[in-house]
This record gives sequence, C-alpha cells and structure tokens, in this order.
Amino acid sequence: MSEGYRKFLRMKQLPHVWCPGCGNGMIVKALLEAVGELGLEQDKVVVVSGIGCSGRTPFVLDFNTMHTTHGRALAFATGIKLANPELKVIVIMGDGDASAIGGNHFIHSCRRNLDLTALIFNNGIYGLTGGQLAPTTPTGKRSTTTPTGSIDAPFDLVRLALGAGAGFVARTTSFDHKVMASLMKRAISYRGFAVMDILTSCPTYFGRMNEVAEPYDMVHYLRDTTSAMHDCTCGETDEAEDPVVAGAAALMSTGVFRDEAREDYGTLYGRKVAAAVERQRSAT
Amino acid sequence: MKSQRLVQGNEACAHAAMYAGCNFYAGYPITPSSEVMEILSYELPARGRVFIQMEDEIASISAIIGAAWGGAKTLTATSGPGFSLMQEGIGYAAITETPCVIVNCQRWGPSTGQPTKGAQGDVMQAIWGTHGDHPVIVLTASNVRDTFEMTVRAFNLAEKHRVPVILLIDEVVAHMRENIDWPEPGDLEVIERARPAEAKGFRPFAGDAFLPFGAGARFHVTGLAHGPEGFAVSDEAAAKELRRMVGKIMDRKVELAMADRYLLEDAEVGIVAYGITARPAQAAVDLLRAEGVRAGLLNLKTLWPFPDHLVAEVSERVGLIVSPELNMGQLVREIERAAAGRCAVRAVGRVDGHLLTPAQIATEAMDALRAGADRGMAERSAEGVRA
Amino acid sequence: MSGAMKDPVQIRFSGSGGQGLITAGVILAEAAMLDGRNVVQTQTYGPEARLGSSRAEVIISKGTIAYPEVTVPDVLLCLSQEAARKYAMKVGPETVVMLDSTNIGEDIPASGRVLRLAITDAAVKAGGRVVANTVSLALMNAIVPVVSRGALSRAIEERVPAKFRELNRRAQEAGEALAREVAAAV
Repeated sequence: MSEGYRKFLRMKQLPHVWCPGCGNGMIVKALLEAVGELGLEQDKVVVVSGIGCSGRTPFVLDFNTMHTTHGRALAFATGIKLANPELKVIVIMGDGDASAIGGNHFIHSCRRNLDLTALIFNNGIYGLTGGQLAPTTPTGKRSTTTPTGSIDAPFDLVRLALGAGAGFVARTTSFDHKVMASLMKRAISYRGFAVMDILTSCPTYFGRMNEVAEPYDMVHYLRDTTSAMHDCTCGETDEAEDPVVAGAAALMSTGVFRDEAREDYGTLYGRKVAAAVERQRSAT
Repeated sequence: MKSQRLVQGNEACAHAAMYAGCNFYAGYPITPSSEVMEILSYELPARGRVFIQMEDEIASISAIIGAAWGGAKTLTATSGPGFSLMQEGIGYAAITETPCVIVNCQRWGPSTGQPTKGAQGDVMQAIWGTHGDHPVIVLTASNVRDTFEMTVRAFNLAEKHRVPVILLIDEVVAHMRENIDWPEPGDLEVIERARPAEAKGFRPFAGDAFLPFGAGARFHVTGLAHGPEGFAVSDEAAAKELRRMVGKIMDRKVELAMADRYLLEDAEVGIVAYGITARPAQAAVDLLRAEGVRAGLLNLKTLWPFPDHLVAEVSERVGLIVSPELNMGQLVREIERAAAGRCAVRAVGRVDGHLLTPAQIATEAMDALRAGADRGMAERSAEGVRA
Repeated sequence: MSGAMKDPVQIRFSGSGGQGLITAGVILAEAAMLDGRNVVQTQTYGPEARLGSSRAEVIISKGTIAYPEVTVPDVLLCLSQEAARKYAMKVGPETVVMLDSTNIGEDIPASGRVLRLAITDAAVKAGGRVVANTVSLALMNAIVPVVSRGALSRAIEERVPAKFRELNRRAQEAGEALAREVAAAV
C-alpha cells in the first residue's frame, strides 16, 4: 500500500485526539485505503459520525464530513442519502453510540436497507466520557461504572444486525489490517445497508481497568478473544465459527456473516416514485 | 375568481409545504399532526420528492437536517411529546445553521396529556426548548388560510436566514375546515436558499450562503462550537460565533415581526393574542365594543423573536392589555416585559382542553378595568414599576 | 320557519360514531362554500369519534368568522339518545332542535323549538341507516334553509362515492319528504 491515503486526510486538523495504543487510527487507515482502491470520487464521499472517540474521525478526513449527535448518525445519514443518492455515505459509530443511545436507529437502519455503510468502532467501553460501561462490555469486565465487574449481558452486534435484517454483516479487529481493508471494500461496495463490527483496542480505559493496559497486551487480548476468519460466502460453515456457537465459547467470531444481494431502499423508493408519478400523469 | 377549497389546517400545511418547494419529509405519526404526514406520504412521491417514515421523532428531525445538507428543503411535523424529543435535533440545526421547518400541532400536556385537545402550552418550549442559547424563529397561525401562508413563510425564513423555523399550530386549527382562496403558483413569494458565488473555498459557517454536500466543495459540519470553517473553537471565538448566530435572528426582530391588527387605532383596551386564541379575542373585541369599551386586537403571528416593539406601541396607547392563552401564562411574561409597566396586563388562561370563549375574555377585560378603576391611577402606575 | 337567514348561522350535528355526522358537516360546509359563503367546520376528534359520541359543527357567514365553535346553535340535530341527553337542553329559545325519534325516547327533555322526527326510519326506507346523515341534511335544509338546494345536491354528489350516489339521491328526497310532512302537520 502506497501513501495514497494521505490525500484523504485534512493535514491541518492533525494530530487526532486518540490516545497512544488506540485502534481507531488503524481503522481509519484501512478505510482510506479502501476508499482509494475503490476509486470513489472524493467530493461525493460523505462521512457521518456520532459522538464519542469514533465521532472525532470526520474532523481529520478530507471528505464532506458531518459530526452529528450521540447515537443519531444513521438518522442523519438516512436524510443525506435519500436527498442525494449520488453521495457515497459512510457512517462511523462507536459501540455505545450505535447500540445504546442509537440502538433504535441501528435496528431500523438494518431493517430499512438504505445504501449506507455503517462502521462500528467497538472498543467495549465509553472512552471519551472516561471509561464507563458500554452495552458491549463483556460480563465481568470492569469499567468506571462497574468498578467490581459488570453483571450485564453484552450485545453481540453481529447477531443484532443479522436479527434486524442487515444485508451485509461482517466483523474484524483493528489489528487485522489487511482483512479489515478488504472487508471494508466489500462493505462500501455493497448496495444496501452494510454493517461492520470492528473490535478495537482502548488501552487507556478498557485496558487499564482490565489488566491489559499495554497496547501490545490489548492487541493480544483482541486476538485471544476472537476466533478465526469466517466467510458465509465461501460455502462450508465451520460450527465453531458460527456466531452463536463461538459466542458460547466466549470467543467473538470474525469474518463475513451475511452478504446477500437484495434491493436496497433507494431502488424500491425510486420504483415507488415512478409508479406514483405515472399514476398522477394518467389521472390528469 | 380564485378557486376556493374547503380544507383542514393540517391539509393546508401539507400543501403549503409543497408550494414552498419542500422536497423532503421525515416524520413519525402522532395525534393531532398525522394528517400532514399522511397527505405528504402520497403527494411527495407523486412529485418525485422524498417522504420517509422514521423510527421516532429524534430520527425524524435528524433525517431532515441530514437531508438539508444533502440539498433538500425539509419539513417534519409533530405534536407535544414528539416535539420534546426533537429538541436535541433542533439544537443541532440551530448551531449548524441548517434551514428546516418543524410544525408542532400543540395538544394538551405535559406528557401524553390529552392527545385530542388543543392547547398553547408549548410556546416557551418552542423558544427555549433545546439547551443553550440558540437562534430559532417561532411562528403561529390562527386559521386555515394563515396556516398555509405561515407554512410558506416558515420555509422562506428558514432558507433566508439558515435557521430552524418552528410553526406552532394547535389541534383545533389543525383539524378545522375552512374555505380558503387556494394560492396559485406565484401568489405567494417563495424564497430559495442563497448559494455561494463560488463553491471552491466555501466556508460553511461564514454567512447565509449555503452549499450542500457534493456540490463542489468539501467541508465539515459539527454540533461542537465551531468557527466559519466548521472546526472546533473555544473561548472568545466560541462566544463570538454564538453571538453572531443568535444575533442574526434577534437583530432582525422588526423585520421578522408579523401581526394582524383589529380595531386598535382608538383602543383603550388592547388584547394581545396569537394562534387559535386570536379568534375568540377578536369576537371579544366586538362584545366589548357593544358594551361601550373601545377594545382592539393585536394578533401576533411571529412569537420569536418576540415583537416587543409592537406590544410596546400598544402599551403606550391603552390602559389595559389582556393576554389570553390556552396555558397558565407563558407569552404573557414577554408581553409584560414589553409593556414595561406602561399599562396594566391581565393574563387569561384556560387549560381544560377547550377554547377560551369571547365572553370569558370580555368578562376578564371588564373585571380588570373595574379593578384598575378601583385601585386608581397612582397605584396602578406604582405597580407597573415593579417590572 | 322561513324568512331571512340568520348571519352567522350556527349548526350542530350530534350522534354516535359511525352515523356519518362528520361527513354531513363537511358536506354542509362544502355547500356553503359553493354558495359563496365563508364557513368553519369543526368536529370531535379521536377515540371519541370512533367509539362513542360524535359531533360536527358548522358556522356559515357572509362575513369573516372569528370564533370557530358554536356558542348557541341555530339548529341542533341529535341522532342518538346520548347526544340528545348531552345537547338538547343546551340551546337557545329559538334553536330548532331536531331529534331522531327512531333512536330517542319521548321522555328525553329538549328545549327550544323541538321537532321529533323518525329520521333513521326514513333512512332505512330509503335504502339503509348509513344514509341517515344525508336524510338529516336534506331535512334540516328544507326546514331551515341554510344553503341552496343546488349547492347541497352538488356537495353530496361530490363527496359520495359514485356507486352510492343513487342511494344518497333517494335519501335526500326522503329527507325533503319528511320535511313536507312536518310542514303539513304544522
């Protein structure tokens, strides 16, 4: 990979706000590589984010960028995409952003299947507000609001997206750089609502409170709590890679869990408009 | 002769939105606003425009703001509980200077309250509902014809000043049918948002010009305090931007003031009313005049920025201002402030879900006049000084 | 009960949900508009209109109509006992109160100038109880003419689906026939 991705950075806005050892920079690099390799027109790319550490991503990206309110990025993105379908709209959310405060928008976006790419930077914690419990924090893990360990069951965002009807669902980790970039290309190219759950490291909060404070140890933690690459489009499904089975083994499986061609909302809406216009014309 | 139509307030609102060029509606059903949505669900697709039903009111306001930055003229309509949920998005629209229109068909509250009963309890929320100082324009309408015109004006002001505009109607206006002269294209002015002379180098928060995403420039939009380029600022720079944003609306108070006057020229009692309550107020003027009291009506159509000067003008000429509202006294606080003790101010509130009647308003006016006469002029002006 | 029409004239239709009273209110308002009058039509709205009592009001004037709700009705129509209990005493001495004797007992008190008429029976004879609203409109307008007959016929025709036009024409005639019986009796 060349340094071509640099043209997508707002150099004046650097450095970014993320801590040393944070996985977000890795995700952003993979995203920019994917955008570059797909040859997307820079002016027609819109990156929309919510609130949190991930929400700060658009500041440094030289696209049209919108930093919205906590949890609502998908709703804003829905408006942008429907108003101008020519735009390529990529939505960046945190795990709490997407599945706690924005959970309603997330499941309905999955159901609606508008042509959006949703990238969830999933660090299992609320970072920007200082390390509080997220809906994705594994049971037993500590946070500043569960100082003795969480008793809450976490969301598995892949299963949530599958259940809510998303057409493309994948999971990877921020250290799996090559896989991440190639999956992002698939997610961005997918016509419909594509979800990527990207497990990323937060040594500052998740790490410090759960004995993985060193960035290097956090990477190991991600490796050791996830199972190998799975691809639903490659025929045979290994039972161990099934998200349900893997979940029971306390491992988060990675890979592609759904990649189904289906008509996206924009196409269906276009057809509805054509029929309505025709109905109007024949009535007059 | 103009073609006439018998339509409901909500119907007038939906058609006026299309007249004004609205090409994007996102909403969530709620009584008593749902007809606006139902009509647009059919009419917008037939015109090649966008209609979408969202998962809640937060999503609805967020979607219309997104759509505005996608280049659309946008509307959502809701009622009390939904309006409460939209406050978050209204704040975002305010700080990002996003043109959009929010119609709130007021119903009895708080909470679920009485969904099918009209009220005027959301006035202060419309002005101050979202956190922080912020720019917003609030309009209202007292009949079906006004609802059409004020909807078009709401779009015009949103476009011209890059600001969220809230149109407050109520359950009664929303559902009543009246015959109106149906506006033909060209009858009412329709203002389009100003585009920057050049896309390259567009600074998204440096003035009233607006460029959507994908139109030749790349820029950043955020709900954080930001400078003209859209990137975060703090301290004095943040204060300066906030003052500019709020100032661009508040400094245009006179230009934005819209009101109707009825028999005010020689009035000794001024009724200052708005929305549906302007109608019993007008009838009350006739009742009072029949009793020999020279009453007049100032019917405010712009509620924010509050047209102090119009109320001040009335307060200079009358001994008494009567302020009828379907709430426990909201706009009356602004009226008292504007009257600044120059005349007595009597609030008349009703919160049982029914309209104030002309007789109630007239009786309160007579009562206040008698009370004022009893107390005597000296005492009355002393009381006025407290403001 | 003839002479110059009062201005404004205030009309209240009441009954229960499903009797088509809101439609009747809209039709009357349309007719008034066709006559070149100003009109305001309001109604009870929501669950009340779907389940229980239902009310539609129409105010017609040559001038502007400030207050949109009926204060003292010039005409009150009650199609249900419950509606009669609620409204029949809340009228003025000159109010023409039309009670549907098919549904409302003789013992229900009413004030004003009371007419007890078998409206729903007439509707059933004309083709069904669904047209009790059209019978009522024609009857009321024959006794207290508030809109022109032509405008009323046109408004009915425009509002009613094509397949029910004939039924509604019969209902209109039935209402007018009932009015003639009243006139003959008086």
